[in-house]
Amino acid sequence: MRTVVKIAGYGARDLLRSRWLLAYAGFFAVASFTLLRFSDGETKALLSLVNVVLLIVPLASVIFGTMYLYAAREFVELLLAQPIRRRQLFAGLFAGLSLPTVLAVVTGLLAPMVIMGVSRSGLAIAGWLAFVAAVLSIAFTAIAAAVAYFVDDRVRGLAAALGIWLLLAVVYDAAVLMAAVQLSDYPLERPLLAAMFANPIDLSRLLLLQQFDTAALLGYTGALFQRFLAGAAGGIVAVSALAAWIVLPTLAGARLFQRKDF
Amino acid sequence: MIEVRGLHKRFGALQVLAGVDLTIRPGRITAVVGPNSAGKTTLIKTILGLTRSDAGVIRLDGREIDPAGRYREDVGYMPQIARFPDNLTAADLFRMMRDLRHGTRRDEELLDTLRLREHLDKPLRVLSGGTRQKVNAALAFLFAPSLIILDEPTAGLDPLSAGVVKDKVMAEREKGRTFILTTHVTSDLEELADDIAFLVDGRIRFSGAVTMLKRMTRQLSLERAIARVMEGDLAA
Repeated sequence: MRTVVKIAGYGARDLLRSRWLLAYAGFFAVASFTLLRFSDGETKALLSLVNVVLLIVPLASVIFGTMYLYAAREFVELLLAQPIRRRQLFAGLFAGLSLPTVLAVVTGLLAPMVIMGVSRSGLAIAGWLAFVAAVLSIAFTAIAAAVAYFVDDRVRGLAAALGIWLLLAVVYDAAVLMAAVQLSDYPLERPLLAAMFANPIDLSRLLLLQQFDTAALLGYTGALFQRFLAGAAGGIVAVSALAAWIVLPTLAGARLFQRKDF
Repeated sequence: MIEVRGLHKRFGALQVLAGVDLTIRPGRITAVVGPNSAGKTTLIKTILGLTRSDAGVIRLDGREIDPAGRYREDVGYMPQIARFPDNLTAADLFRMMRDLRHGTRRDEELLDTLRLREHLDKPLRVLSGGTRQKVNAALAFLFAPSLIILDEPTAGLDPLSAGVVKDKVMAEREKGRTFILTTHVTSDLEELADDIAFLVDGRIRFSGAVTMLKRMTRQLSLERAIARVMEGDLAA
């Protein structure tokens, strides 16, 4: 465990000095400040921030994570030549990469809200927003690790990472919508709920929208989601599904790393 | 002593190591040579545990190397390519490596002789390729290991620094340390190698002392002797 913490510590030290991470935190700080300052009301600003987070955090995490891990390939070889176990190295590298990213996005989002004095209810929503941003950061960094250790070629790996983001952020919703329209004569609430759970971005959107009064505007399906998520079992299932989006890609990345020839 | 027996490694359709049998004698400098794609780097990486073999065993002082990598406590490695995290300093890097090791032996001579101390507090991204390679060399010797593996150690170094590294290798060999090195620079081989392991198409075609290779090929220079082996001529 001490070895993991040491490796993660040096990884975090490297990233926390990087201009990229500073710019990433700055982007969210500027977005948060600008929307709160110039939007027509706090709720609208927070709703806009939800969309920014759901679009940017997965994209930035998966692309930056993939690029970082490909760039670190030779350094990983040097570390593997030290007396440490592979699983320790993977855990240290992964923590050292994902935690600074989480810190950047959460600080960037929340700092302007605290400084500008957002209402208590607004802060509760902001807390959920920060939680979801953190989960998405870690989940998409884990996907980046799985891609980087599955695909040897850097360009193909980056294309695969971008493809996964495109699939989950854009194509998936379009496919679900098309299926819903085509099968509108059938009762689709449960399959739709399952479809939302199978995509971390959709699941995050659902969880966040439930925090707003506007959830009622989502119609019958929205009401069904709200009823499901409001129940204790539904909440546990939703948070477990989000956790699974961290655990499964991380395990896949760790397994690939364990077997990889460097 | 390192014993490699029946080592096989395949990457997809490419059989890189096809039954390597090799003995690395302690206290000597063994150069692994051969044409491009002969499997030299794969052999080195398999000894280090960076690459997993499909079959065969590697024994270090009679004991099979363990997958947990504890044997690497006593191994130093200088890779061919020197790439480090951009925003760490050289001092951070040395500290990190010290944190990952348990031994107390230290050898910081190359920090002085390669004039690295003046660069210790700079981010690694601003160091030149040659200076980063010097950092790699200093790291390989830092823990005074018994076995040091050098992959193209003088590539990218200026002649002065290359000389410093070669002097260090010879001095440490005199202290009983074992070296495995790969290089395409014939003058490095002439200067450093005690033994030659000649790898072709994933198999050892010759392994033994440099003097024996010269005698078997009836050549005076190592460069010509190696050329004869590459031509398949071992007229013993």
